[in-house]
Amino acid sequence: MSDQVPFRGGGFAPVPVRGVGIVVFVVLIALAEWGTRSGWISSLTLPRPSDVLGTFAELWQSGLLFKHLLPSLSRLAVGATTGAIAGITIGVLIGLFAYARAGLVPLVAALFPIPKIALLPLFVIWFGIDEGSKYALIAFGTFTPTVVATYAAVDNVDRTLIRMGQSFGLSWWSIVRKIVLPGAMPGILSGLRISLTIAIILLVAAEMLGAEYGIGAYILEAGSLYDLERLFAGVVILSVLGVIVSSIIGLLERHVLRWRV
Amino acid sequence: MDLKLDAVTHRYSDTVVLRDISLDVPSGRITCIVGPSGCGKSTLLRLLGGLEKPSEGAVRQLGAPPQGCLNALTYIFQDFALLPWRTVAGNVALVLEDHRVENQSEIIADVLARTRLTDFAGALPKQLSGGMKQRVAIARALAVNPAVMLMDEPLSALDSQTRELLMDDLVNLWTRTPFTAVYVTHNLAEAVRLGHRIVVLSRRPGEVREIVEIDTPLEARAHGDPVLDAQQQHLWGLMRDEAAAADAELMNV
Repeated sequence: MSDQVPFRGGGFAPVPVRGVGIVVFVVLIALAEWGTRSGWISSLTLPRPSDVLGTFAELWQSGLLFKHLLPSLSRLAVGATTGAIAGITIGVLIGLFAYARAGLVPLVAALFPIPKIALLPLFVIWFGIDEGSKYALIAFGTFTPTVVATYAAVDNVDRTLIRMGQSFGLSWWSIVRKIVLPGAMPGILSGLRISLTIAIILLVAAEMLGAEYGIGAYILEAGSLYDLERLFAGVVILSVLGVIVSSIIGLLERHVLRWRV
Repeated sequence: MDLKLDAVTHRYSDTVVLRDISLDVPSGRITCIVGPSGCGKSTLLRLLGGLEKPSEGAVRQLGAPPQGCLNALTYIFQDFALLPWRTVAGNVALVLEDHRVENQSEIIADVLARTRLTDFAGALPKQLSGGMKQRVAIARALAVNPAVMLMDEPLSALDSQTRELLMDDLVNLWTRTPFTAVYVTHNLAEAVRLGHRIVVLSRRPGEVREIVEIDTPLEARAHGDPVLDAQQQHLWGLMRDEAAAADAELMNV
């Protein structure tokens, strides 16, 4: 008997496979195109991908694309930045101070599950029907997940490094700035990945009231008219926005977290 | 500067960890503390450096720290405690920045040269071997010109070859400029190699069982030295039963 020893290792480790993601997209779109052309999928069920592309080209040519995109991007930028900065600040305070933790963690836990969309009318009263309420909604939606991710990240900073800082007589502020914040950075960035996605989701909700232009307004209008081509064109824009935000954070992680093993 | 423990007793809630320890740490010499695991060696070191307050008794500094000393009681940790996001030079700079010393870059260059790390000044900790990481930690400790170095099992996380090399490094550093150190270890070979004076603690509650002085100069200590071997045997004799008993104890943490 001289059988080879059976191989039992391998697997359970993610291996990067190039191109498969794109293939999945292409296959799904091709399937939809073929289905709608052959009549196997009715045009009421799903718009023809080529028609969506046509709508998109129309949007581009008429200049309407940027008329819708620019207000949305500025709402997203202002709202998400405000929410993220406030979230990181409060999160760091909770991580550092026992009183902040005792006082604010229950509050954040109470705010987290509230569907922020439900608060839109309230925000309209508080901040006006113009940009204010839209900024507030997006900021509020970004805030809660950022707080939770940030204080968890601060909690997870290696205690031995903090003890080292203390043993060398570093000032409190030096320890926070040079040890706690950089140490919490990986957790904060992965929290931002989630909260910025939530900001994009809330963009549509924010534009439900009192918005003439904006991707969200465009989608909602198309939806109420059952104009599926335009609806899908808008949805595709949001998807692309999500992919862009995620890859920006990926770039940021690669740059800021070069030290990670 | 000398350190002195005055009848120190320390408890964690009801558990007495250290009982009535009186000890001198004379300057210019390496004091090793050995004992079975869980005897409070590391607690003793934390008390010495002011990271914890003793329940009873006091830790005293005798005399002033030397000129140019930025941090009198300086630790070297078992797990190195290097900031992974800072380079070798940056990690050394960390402990100088708060003091606003004028010749910061000179100090960094000097300590990196003394620990033979000059070529690695720009490397990140993840690129370094364990031995190099600990040398960075030693360089960082030297940079603040400490009065007493408090070393908490500095070689325990390293493999045995690296440990030998780093012990040679420590001996060389000491012979060039004698420093004061408290060196906690569970490794008796390290203790007889580096210690001028070896304090044996009993198992919990830790008490001083015996203090052994070794007169052979550090640079003359070699493998197979009959005097050292005899000392190590003697220390093992003291610790053997304690270690066995400590090993059989249940942890009640």
